[in-house]
Amino acid sequence: MFGDIFNAQFVASLIRVAIPLALAGLGGVFSEKSGVVNIGLEGMMLTGAFTAVAVTNFSQNPWVGVLAAILVGIFLGLIHAITCITFKANQIVSGVAINLFASGITVFFSWLLFGETQIMAKSNLPIWGLPVPNIGEGSTFIRNVIVMFANHSPLVYLTIIIFALSHLILYKTPFGLRLRSVGEYPQAADTMGVNIIKMRYIAVMTSGALAGLAGSFLSLEQAHFFVKEMSGGRGFIALAAMIFGKWTPLGTAGAALLFGFGEALAIRLQGVTAVPVQFINMVPYLLAIFVLVSAIGRATPPAASGIPYEKEIG
Amino acid sequence: MKSIKKFDYYILLEKITPLIAVIFALLVGAIVIMLIGEDPVFVYKTLFSNAIGNRDGWGNVLFRATPLIFTGLTVAFAFRCGLFNIGGEGQMYIGTFLATWVGFTFTNLPAFILIPLCIFAAAAGGALWAAVPGILKAKTGVHEVIVTIMMNWIAASLTFFLVLKFRATPNEAMVAAGVKQMIPHTSEIAEAARLPRLYNIFKFLNIDFPSYNQVNVSFFIAIAAAVLAYYILWKTNLGYEIRAVGYSPLAAEYGGISVGKNIILAMMISGAFAGLVGTNEVMGFKYRWRQELFTGLGFNGIAVALLGKNHPLGVVLSAILFGILNYGGAIVNIYTEGRIPRELIMVLQAVIVIFVVISDEVVKRLIRQRRKVV
Repeated sequence: MFGDIFNAQFVASLIRVAIPLALAGLGGVFSEKSGVVNIGLEGMMLTGAFTAVAVTNFSQNPWVGVLAAILVGIFLGLIHAITCITFKANQIVSGVAINLFASGITVFFSWLLFGETQIMAKSNLPIWGLPVPNIGEGSTFIRNVIVMFANHSPLVYLTIIIFALSHLILYKTPFGLRLRSVGEYPQAADTMGVNIIKMRYIAVMTSGALAGLAGSFLSLEQAHFFVKEMSGGRGFIALAAMIFGKWTPLGTAGAALLFGFGEALAIRLQGVTAVPVQFINMVPYLLAIFVLVSAIGRATPPAASGIPYEKEIG
Repeated sequence: MKSIKKFDYYILLEKITPLIAVIFALLVGAIVIMLIGEDPVFVYKTLFSNAIGNRDGWGNVLFRATPLIFTGLTVAFAFRCGLFNIGGEGQMYIGTFLATWVGFTFTNLPAFILIPLCIFAAAAGGALWAAVPGILKAKTGVHEVIVTIMMNWIAASLTFFLVLKFRATPNEAMVAAGVKQMIPHTSEIAEAARLPRLYNIFKFLNIDFPSYNQVNVSFFIAIAAAVLAYYILWKTNLGYEIRAVGYSPLAAEYGGISVGKNIILAMMISGAFAGLVGTNEVMGFKYRWRQELFTGLGFNGIAVALLGKNHPLGVVLSAILFGILNYGGAIVNIYTEGRIPRELIMVLQAVIVIFVVISDEVVKRLIRQRRKVV
């Protein structure tokens, strides 16, 4: 039974499940590193998922769909940025409003454009990678490696590149240093001539773009359709991944893989064993609370996260 | 003199920001309706005349407003202590499930014991679930927003597990109709645990009211909860301490008030309000727990509390407004044969929320500037 569950297909599906969590979680990292809490990730993901399918069906080109999802994510990020950075309104409230907006607007347009709340994607992204050899041809090892790592949607490889780049940008470039300083100690960054408003806008819109991309993966790649409320809390699991990964890109990727493991396992175990799947589903949330509470290896958010920046005058 | 006059004007402006936000949202709605190619005047006339033009409409509005009053109070009460409880959804789940469990387990009890017991279970379930983020905040300083978000999803999984454990088998009519798969739900609660519908009261008073209308006694529980929230916050020592912590935890601590204790108590009272949603949804309406992914009531409570300026009276009024929009939106959906999806209302609610927080913030800044000038 063990071998039935933990095989190459399992690893491949775990990677696929982890991708949206990782991308949205990385969106959270960018936003919070700059000092803006973004609990609107869920809504940005949902809107991205809808846009990807809708635009794909109209343009007959899934790449255009993915691009549109990213643009819509950036747009929602812009709304969040205007509300929280320019108007300095409460960041949690703005995030909640974006989630509410997303739940409404996606179903609104599903009815309006397609007359139903479940829309099949008419076209899918290709699979890139090496051809999987038939059983018996070549060694099992090579076959398994190909199934696991070299036979995926282009977005999977793109995600890996995005993560490598994000790590480099955040920790090896002056831009990254400025971004982190804006989230840790904006007053000091301001004195050094860093444009805090600009940095936060860039970060929050990047966050939206990543969440939109995560949504497009969810609908175009995982499900091949859009259905209302299909993000189903993945935006919040992404938030948990960000916390569990201690606000770093690589940590978030690791946490997303761990949570993806849980989700993939829950899918496999459905109807197979007596282990209640619901308890596996709880794990990401419990772990997030646990790392926040536990004294050992405690996770601390960027110091200025959640606080609007006020320039000292006079 | 002139500047002082202007100052008062801004204070007035601060009081009516919710009104401005609602008008703005309705204008946005009108533009969307025009873009679809429908007549906004006709749509809004249909919406309001059906929602508040007759008794049946009012009944439906109050039925929809009832849970929102509870979840609105949840957010507003915690906010007075400086806490952001966005875990209303999870607290509502646990409280409601517990009330349902009491309702279908202790079926031998008479109504005058079982109904209060169910109401107590609903409040206790919500309070317990909210106590966790409260204790974590008080003892370790972990931000309550993250913990309440995570606990929403834990509650969803937990109730899903429990509903499968207490799952009711399909009844004969369902089997005859060939139903094999259904949304998991529990058995029905005892007759003695059910809250009467207002129709029964109206019938007693000889007032004409449709018997199918779902508004029930839970609405009065909601009003009582709002009065209780007001009483606790402004007429008791506990309320004074809670508000002191909300204004300034450091000053409160210095004044001899235990910040931790008040945070935990405020969270628990706040959660109890969320749990009471069960009195409407289960004791007055469905009579059973049905597993659904979030209803959105907990999150809408945030909008209700914001629009009501975190005051119990404001919460009741804005919950009724949302009730009007929700019910009216559903009617418009039917009247226009789906050309105006009811989800338009959700979008408008989001617009209201964003506009309320922005205009609040802008007015606050204007007042602060004015003070400096004076």
